[in-house]
Amino acid sequence: MTAAIQAQPDERVGKKSLTDRLVVRPEIGALLGAVLVFVFFSVVTGQFLSPLGVATWLDDSSTLGIMAVVVALLMVGGEFDLSAGVMTASTSLVTAILATQAGWNVWLALGVSLAFALGVGAFNGWLVMKTGLPSFIVTLGSFLALQGLNLGVTRLVTSTVQVSGMRSTSGYESAGALFASTFDVGGTEFQSSIIWWIVVTAVAAVLLMRTRFGNWIFAVGGSQVSARSVGVPVVRTKILLFMGTALGAWLVGSINILRFASVQANQGIGLEFQYIIAAVIGGCLLTGGFGSAVGAAIGALIFGMARQGIVFAQWNSDWFMLFLGIMLLAAVLVNNAFRRRAERVRR
Amino acid sequence: MFSMKKLAGVAAIAAAGLVLSACSGPSADNSSSSASGSSSAAAPSTGGPLKIAVVTHGTSGDAFWNVVKNGAEQAGKDLNVGVDYFADGDPGNQARLIDNAVAQKVGGLVVSMANPQALQTSIQNAVKAGIPVVTINSGEDSSAAFGAIAHVGQSEGLAGQGAGQRLKAAGKTKLLCVIHEAGNIGQNQRCDGAKQTFGTVSTLQVDISNPTDAQARIRGALQSDPSIDAVLALNSQVAARAVDAAKEASSKAQVATFDLNADVVAAIKAGTILFAVDQQQYEQGYLPIVFLKLYKENGNTIGGGKPVQTGPGFVDKSNIDTVAPYAQRGTR
Repeated sequence: MTAAIQAQPDERVGKKSLTDRLVVRPEIGALLGAVLVFVFFSVVTGQFLSPLGVATWLDDSSTLGIMAVVVALLMVGGEFDLSAGVMTASTSLVTAILATQAGWNVWLALGVSLAFALGVGAFNGWLVMKTGLPSFIVTLGSFLALQGLNLGVTRLVTSTVQVSGMRSTSGYESAGALFASTFDVGGTEFQSSIIWWIVVTAVAAVLLMRTRFGNWIFAVGGSQVSARSVGVPVVRTKILLFMGTALGAWLVGSINILRFASVQANQGIGLEFQYIIAAVIGGCLLTGGFGSAVGAAIGALIFGMARQGIVFAQWNSDWFMLFLGIMLLAAVLVNNAFRRRAERVRR
Repeated sequence: MFSMKKLAGVAAIAAAGLVLSACSGPSADNSSSSASGSSSAAAPSTGGPLKIAVVTHGTSGDAFWNVVKNGAEQAGKDLNVGVDYFADGDPGNQARLIDNAVAQKVGGLVVSMANPQALQTSIQNAVKAGIPVVTINSGEDSSAAFGAIAHVGQSEGLAGQGAGQRLKAAGKTKLLCVIHEAGNIGQNQRCDGAKQTFGTVSTLQVDISNPTDAQARIRGALQSDPSIDAVLALNSQVAARAVDAAKEASSKAQVATFDLNADVVAAIKAGTILFAVDQQQYEQGYLPIVFLKLYKENGNTIGGGKPVQTGPGFVDKSNIDTVAPYAQRGTR
């Protein structure tokens, strides 16, 4: 009797095979999708794999990727931030207006726009936690409010809809060197936003997988009630996550304003859904409690490769969005198949 | 609460990477830092048909830009030149589309510059790579400085002044100027131009991608101020909405507009639209392809360093019958 039980090893402490261990990672589906998209465009187009081509699609993926990663953390925490897209323009505008209209040093202007971003992020988080309303609704409100602020304030201060002239402000060169420089790899210029993207992804991945705060994120996203009852500071965690997306938006806004030296009042609108899509391709669930930072970065890479690859392939641009939509759906479907497989492995 | 050590470690390694990689920051503005406008004579083209990329800021599906696209594609057919058309309203994405065309090693580049500063680096890189650039539609002031060989467009301020003058001549006293793209500097210049020659002008912001909302907002503006007797729309789709809005509000306001389409033609015939400022954007698509072909094959430049003006032309009851069939087929 006891011998029979001894002979049956407990499946909870058993060794899983390598494929099974890989398959339960949320980012594995996205990785496969990325390889597929990469191989496809490398074969179909001539210039996709050229150094300049690689620089182009990495550049396109990078600012999307920074946001996808911070949005992924928030989604793992069980919330949405629809104001993230327009926030990238708001922070640019604050920086640009202070630097060009008020004549401030760029670094000081960047500091104020950072404070502004963190303030809005904290307000979003506080309102969501205070009211118990879905963050989808609350941040939709702040999205529209920011959109109005962007246009209203810009027209009020400059009586036009673009703020430009960053190149002649004090401190532009030093700030630009940090946020919007290029680095040379084998004679091709790459944007430094690519490095920022890698840094943000690495920091977010370590935060999510290797720290206590990361566990709190999974906990509040999985079940708020359970998290609270085991002593996780739910309110603080969620407010910090909203501040995190705002911080990411400030970083992207700063990269954009220093690189393009001008900002339009209508920028950033609609990007929030691209961030969410990239995070979902990367294995995040819309219901929260599951996802990965690296996956979201790969999701953004798929998005960027597809967006520029379609151009390299010289397909008729009338159908651009259709191609993009089909590609994203395919990526999500591949992902979904993997997740089902993963759930079977867990059981 | 965080394991700060680990985070700091990752950040430090990354920062070191940033510092160590051969970085070059963006250059600030010095008065003489613009690219030299002098274009070296083009090398004779080396076989294969010429390939030209057209990168604009027009939202896809916009009636105005559809005519530009038709012009560029027709020129491609007529001259046996490969023409690829791409558009993105976001200046950053537009810059990336230009980078993409440079990476594809296109033979020529046509760019609309609604936001010149954002495109500066990308366009100068194209020029550096030996790709001739023609700018169109907007950004004429920066065209030569960025190293473009020509600019084809309509000076927005002048066109706005012309529209204001005509409305004043028609005996109007109070004008509502409807802006439909929040980030477009040219539209502001049009309204400002109209203000200079007309006098009392208020602006209204609507969203081109939401016609219902645009019509409702114009109606609201007309209802709340019955003394408005003229509406200046900056786009043919908005003009049609403004006509309907004036009807709904039973306002006495008459509509004038920039740009033509079939609706505007019908409305001019019917007398519900006073006139249209026509910038003949078909030429903005067609001519750059011609210029680039001449430049590549014969070293020619055009315009003498000045923008090539495609407008403003005015279409009203007197010449509508000539223009109507062209508008029907999407070339006016």
